[in-house]
Amino acid sequence: MTTPWMTYLLIPLIKIVVILVVLILLAAYLSWFERRILAFMQIRIGPNRVWPKGWLQAIADALKLFSKEDVIPARAEKLVFLLGPVLATAPALIVFSVIPFGPSDLLRLTDVNIGILFILGVASVGIYGIILGGWASNNKFSLMGGLRSAAQLISYEVPMGFAVVTVVLMANSLSLVKIVEAQKAQHVWFAFPGWLAIPGLIAFFIYFICGVAETNRNPFDLPEAESELVAGFHTEYSGMKFAFYFLAEYANMVVIASIATVLFLGGWLRPFPNVAALAFLDVIPPIVWFFAKVAVFLFVYIWFRGTFPRYRFDQLMALGWKVFIPVSLINLMAVGLGILLLGGPR
Amino acid sequence: MTERAPVHLSADSEEMEISFGPQHPATHGVLRVMVKIDGERIVETKPVIGYLHRGTEKIFERETYNGCIPHTDRMDYTAAATNNQGLVGAVEKMMGITIPPRAAYIRMMLAELQRIASHTIWLGTHALDIGAQSPFFYTFEEREKILDLYEEYCGARLTLNAMRVGGQPFDLPSGWTDRCRAFIDQLPAKIADWERLLTKNRIWKLRTVGIGVMSGADAIEWGLTGPPLRGSGVKWDVRKVFPYDHYEEMEFDIPIGTNGDTYDRYLVRMEEMRQSVRIVRQCLDRLPDGPVMAKVPKVIKPPKGEVYFSVEGPKGELGYYVVSDGTDKPYRLHVRPACFINLQALPELVRGHLVADLIAVIGTLDIVLGEIDR
Amino acid sequence: MADQDTGAPVAPAAPKPPWEEKPVPATPQDAREHPQVRELAEHVGDGILEAVEFAGQVTVTVGLERLVEVCRACKDRLGYGYLVDLTAVDWKDRAEGRFDIVYWLHRHAGEQRLRLKVRVAEGAEAPTVTTVWKTANWMEREVFDMFGVYFAGHPNLERILTWEGFNGHPLRKDFPIEGIDTGAAIYPDVYPPGGGPVSGGEEGA
Repeated sequence: MTTPWMTYLLIPLIKIVVILVVLILLAAYLSWFERRILAFMQIRIGPNRVWPKGWLQAIADALKLFSKEDVIPARAEKLVFLLGPVLATAPALIVFSVIPFGPSDLLRLTDVNIGILFILGVASVGIYGIILGGWASNNKFSLMGGLRSAAQLISYEVPMGFAVVTVVLMANSLSLVKIVEAQKAQHVWFAFPGWLAIPGLIAFFIYFICGVAETNRNPFDLPEAESELVAGFHTEYSGMKFAFYFLAEYANMVVIASIATVLFLGGWLRPFPNVAALAFLDVIPPIVWFFAKVAVFLFVYIWFRGTFPRYRFDQLMALGWKVFIPVSLINLMAVGLGILLLGGPR
Repeated sequence: MTERAPVHLSADSEEMEISFGPQHPATHGVLRVMVKIDGERIVETKPVIGYLHRGTEKIFERETYNGCIPHTDRMDYTAAATNNQGLVGAVEKMMGITIPPRAAYIRMMLAELQRIASHTIWLGTHALDIGAQSPFFYTFEEREKILDLYEEYCGARLTLNAMRVGGQPFDLPSGWTDRCRAFIDQLPAKIADWERLLTKNRIWKLRTVGIGVMSGADAIEWGLTGPPLRGSGVKWDVRKVFPYDHYEEMEFDIPIGTNGDTYDRYLVRMEEMRQSVRIVRQCLDRLPDGPVMAKVPKVIKPPKGEVYFSVEGPKGELGYYVVSDGTDKPYRLHVRPACFINLQALPELVRGHLVADLIAVIGTLDIVLGEIDR
Repeated sequence: MADQDTGAPVAPAAPKPPWEEKPVPATPQDAREHPQVRELAEHVGDGILEAVEFAGQVTVTVGLERLVEVCRACKDRLGYGYLVDLTAVDWKDRAEGRFDIVYWLHRHAGEQRLRLKVRVAEGAEAPTVTTVWKTANWMEREVFDMFGVYFAGHPNLERILTWEGFNGHPLRKDFPIEGIDTGAAIYPDVYPPGGGPVSGGEEGA
């Protein structure tokens, strides 16, 4: 029944469309949730008007941004200026092609056996969108935002990579699906590995914090630090181009949360996959578990924003270079040693 | 394509001049700061002011003394009560008027509530500048309650015009004291909440400890007053040194800092709010009966001469220098603006710091451009 | 509560409280013998031209040429370390010099204040005291801006509240309160000279 035409073109195309639509809607609604949750934390009400009860606010925002005049500053480098938002948004969307939302083949676009490498490689490209956009705006504030972003990237990609490698060691695979299956086989989530409990947790925290830094979210929102750099790299952007940066930021949040879920929180697995007594939890479909975990992450993101002041540029670099890199490196070695001495993952 | 500034791709660093403001999210109004930076490090700072200059001192010269009071509201628009207090105090001093104790107590209450209101704005915006969003909303909630009390007393929330030469224009409305007491009773818990969010926060401390340091001697040399002076460890407060109204009857402490940095100034202001609560509570407890207006002539005509009278505003020593030629209008009425003189020390405070610290220091000086530019 | 009963009765036998008496305005008195003035006189001798006490505040008038010397003595020997305020007053038709420049000093030992005053004729320069108190910098700039008094030796005597190119000194008594045709624009590259926001009335009208 299945022809190659269907397997290689039609089904992937449908999946791509579905994933894109879901992701973009998710990002748009994430902004709405953020506003509501922040408002709740800050004794405000938040958007509650657009029918019904503010549910369409995200759509209205998107429509407004798309219908705005597209301003390009006279002295901007036009081509690069246009390229910036595209470069920022595309990688965030591309990364989703390898993320498994559930055990079934239908719930992912593809399973690449070097999935993690792919993610690390593609996600880093997104930062060029910010650097180039900041530079091309020909605005001093934007330029500073772009430069900060570059510095932030090099400080945080490295410990993030180490944290990811820790998981790779534990799972003995680079494929995201295999990593989740390894967590099932080992009856644990990698954030709480049954053996060597501490390193898993450390790697998890490092990954998560670096993820916050990578998405330029509070308390690491230096590239766009409003009170310092007006709006940082997107000071000169308006209308649809701004919408793309916006989309990129929120899509990136979803990406980081999804990867963290897959790598550390057992992806689509239920809690305590090793406890047979909780098997009744399997009633809930895996994809729901997946998105529930992602939602918790996203809530923590927003919670951060409601709570923390902002780091200073040099303090953030110091934190990356002087704390996270050594810790994640030692952590990695400890896991490696543990595997060597106690036997690798079964 | 239009021409672009040439891009230098060399390892040498190059100084860049950048203009913060007058429209900038963190310059608290229309302050403009020209900053020369090397990377993100500040080499030189030059505050440019005057964007809100309205010629208030010139306007004073055509107004009667009581007519000047509304103009003082608009100088430091976050602290109208203390502005009024300074001007009426100066004229009363010249004319030898003793105001009734009840009026003095009302003035003290209004002024201390104003101090709390001003400090809540400061805390909210300062925290916002440093990147913490939420305190802004928490502090503004309390400020609204103070403004409600003001509205009940004089009908205005921001520009109070609540004092007159010789006393208070109206007595407290019925039930005001109860509502004021209810507000005062719940405030310390709120202040503790704000502190819980910030005081021991690691990031907050990283951003404020050791930033914008000034020694006590330097602070006096630069003429700093108010929390910036006390944060540097100088125990000096106009309310204690030259008590006006009935501050000599009040029990309160002057909080001081030790290091003279942004964090100390933060702690000083937080403690000042608690001390203000204390003063208001004492005022409510001891509020005397009696008239609220002294016997003053219909037309205020101070004798020929000059007088300087200052009050401890939320931002520092707010002084009024009145020169009278014996007519009903001031010949010259000069304001010693606390913010103006505190802001002068900005280049000194931020030298060698980073751009982000500039924002923190502007916040910690607690400036209001309405008073700086007048 | 005590809110409502305003006109609380005062015991009839007691003397009237001070707020019901007719106020006694302050009067100027000669203060040559005031301890603060005598102390200053010890250091600067005949530099003191006049000393007046009014409403408990001592004003010492000194000669323009000896101003910096007196200020130095006040700060270094008498401990007036804090310059509270510096401003000017315009006495338009006065013969002995049009402007009074007023220095208001504070010393923390004893918490005393002293006012110094110098007279400056129009067009004459006053010596700067920024060398004595750093805080005088902006205050002198403000006086320059508002009154057009020049301060010799000031490190950066620029306009501070009005804009560069503003043509006038607003706090002079002959400056009309409605404003003037400034003759210079805020943005010289946008408006031709004399074509800026103009006389009287609203700006930009």
